[in-house]
Amino acid sequence: MATPLRNPIVDIERARMTDTTDIGAPGTGWRRGPAQGPEVTAAADSATLVSAPFNRRPHPARSGMDLHIRQLGKRYSGVAALDRVDLDVAAGELVALLGPSGSGKTTLLRVIAGLLHPDEGRVLFGQDDATRLSLRERNVGFVFQHYALFKHMTVAENIAFGLRSRPRKRRPDKATIARRVEELLGLIQLPDFGGRYPEQLSGGQKQRVALARALAIDPTVLLLDEPFGALDAKVRVELRRWLRQLHERTGQTTLFVTHDQEEALELADRIVVLRDGRIEQVGTPDEIYSSPASDYVFDFIGRANVLEGRVEHGQFRIAGHAIALPAPDVADGPARLYARPHDIAPATPEAGIAALVIAAHRLADRITLELAVEGQSRPLELDFVASPGVTTPAPGSTIGLEPLRYRVFAA
Amino acid sequence: MSNRPRNDLQEPAWLRWMLIVLAVLVMAALVVMPLLMVLGAAFAKGIGVWFASLTEPDALSALKLTLFTVAIVVPVNAVFGMLTAWAVTRFEFRGKQLLLSLIDLPFAVSPVVAGLCLVLLFGSQGWFAELLREHDIKILFARPGIVLATLFITFPFVVRELIPLMQQQGADEELAARSLGAGSWTMFRRVTLPNIKWGLLYGVLLCAARAMGEFGAVSVVSGHIRGLTNTLPLHIEILYNEFDSTAAFAAASLLAGLALITLVLKFWLEARHGDALAKSHRRH
Repeated sequence: MATPLRNPIVDIERARMTDTTDIGAPGTGWRRGPAQGPEVTAAADSATLVSAPFNRRPHPARSGMDLHIRQLGKRYSGVAALDRVDLDVAAGELVALLGPSGSGKTTLLRVIAGLLHPDEGRVLFGQDDATRLSLRERNVGFVFQHYALFKHMTVAENIAFGLRSRPRKRRPDKATIARRVEELLGLIQLPDFGGRYPEQLSGGQKQRVALARALAIDPTVLLLDEPFGALDAKVRVELRRWLRQLHERTGQTTLFVTHDQEEALELADRIVVLRDGRIEQVGTPDEIYSSPASDYVFDFIGRANVLEGRVEHGQFRIAGHAIALPAPDVADGPARLYARPHDIAPATPEAGIAALVIAAHRLADRITLELAVEGQSRPLELDFVASPGVTTPAPGSTIGLEPLRYRVFAA
Repeated sequence: MSNRPRNDLQEPAWLRWMLIVLAVLVMAALVVMPLLMVLGAAFAKGIGVWFASLTEPDALSALKLTLFTVAIVVPVNAVFGMLTAWAVTRFEFRGKQLLLSLIDLPFAVSPVVAGLCLVLLFGSQGWFAELLREHDIKILFARPGIVLATLFITFPFVVRELIPLMQQQGADEELAARSLGAGSWTMFRRVTLPNIKWGLLYGVLLCAARAMGEFGAVSVVSGHIRGLTNTLPLHIEILYNEFDSTAAFAAASLLAGLALITLVLKFWLEARHGDALAKSHRRH
């Protein structure tokens, strides 16, 4: 069970979080190893998608609208896909719906879009109740996972579709539509692609065209279903940054679904973590990463080490090990300790939790250890900076572990 | 299968050749020969007689009735075929499997039985006999009966082509069109129809070919009234039964010619737009 948010800790480095030139998401930078950083950035630059580091500061909303979800419920043959979900999204916010498959994130997005009808609850765009509006009436920009571009139309025709389909009274004249299409082609950085057909585009280009097509109708909100799911890793990183920049420029209220925590941490202003049709936690990437509300969120976001033990009188103990770690606010009984790989320090075997080194990798100035602790089912990972005095422990040797920052949840 | 070593599939040369020759011979005997014989018999007494047999009033009337039937049946089945395929592929409802089986019924049932069903419904002893008599409507032994019988027999062609195609394509493009503000008609005209047009044409072609050639069901309901309710196939049968084989074969050559045109168009469609047809055709 989740313990209250005030659980001890944990002073996670805020500086690290706000350092936006860092290539990776906070929880994952260590995993990639530093050598990869410049490479990724270079690749992005070469595609001219990234021209400047982006910042995470809130931006004035220009075309966005606020969105409110009240007690939304949806069941599939008795199983709750959404279980009375409440959510408020401010105008101009970029929000990630994060969760494993079956958590209800796609259902939530589809209900907001009007692709699915909820069994209960309401969806409000601004002050207006949109629950009963059809997909067509909602004026949302929905980008499908596989883009759903009209394959017999050119890129320009695809983008113009929404404007051309308007009733005659509200339909802009041809020249205006053409100008708008040009503008959007510029925005997605495909200015000369208007005459091409979707089958002549790469996955990333299709994705951008789909976005432009959705933006053309000045949607109330922009909804993206697994926007990078169908792309390969390199394109994914480029496009992610590009989308962030685009969002900064348009100020469009945007929700996107993802199962990739790295994506959510890097891209979103706020993250909504879903589990079994309920919202587990809502917060900024910083909050989600540094103060996970539950063991589920801790485990799901970033890498986590788990140590099983017991809490007795506010102390976390592991059977067979001498260590006792303060865990106030946690009820006595079986408990689990969660700690990030970079929040555990190596020590002498006598000082900490004795652990056997299974494997050791060294990449530039970072050392990653794979460890086994007696009596624990899951292997542990440890990650630290190799300073001049530190040698990489040899596999087969025993070291001590000293959790610096951690959280204890009752099991 | 494709990753099996090629040698396993490599039969001895003599066996391969024998099988190929056998296949060609069977095709020739069963398909090409009869076709050539029809043409031979049709032109046996010269092109003048052939032309005369086709332009005599009864033949012309039969040709007209056949074309008239096709002109009604094909559009109707195209429209209802599209609607049915739409309903089946875009909505979930109870009894969908049953509907899918019913769509295949015309293929499963003998055409004669289909014709007899119409007699049962609209005949002088039929369920609707009273109603029809009151309003002085003639269905059996008249054009409506012929059209109805042909409609029934040829219904599956368009639907069965469109269902797998629309299933393959999914509804995403249509939903995208909707979310961009398109109304039903705009969506259909600009998204759905362009996506299914080649498949639709393919289905229409098969439907037209069958509508022209349908014999069994039409034979039951037509009444064989010369110059009135004879379609081309019925006309041919009558001529043949009266030992007027030249005229019979002349009319048959016309039907065969129409079939050949269909075949050529079908080939062209498969070669040129195969990727826009339902995948199942690669198996045909």
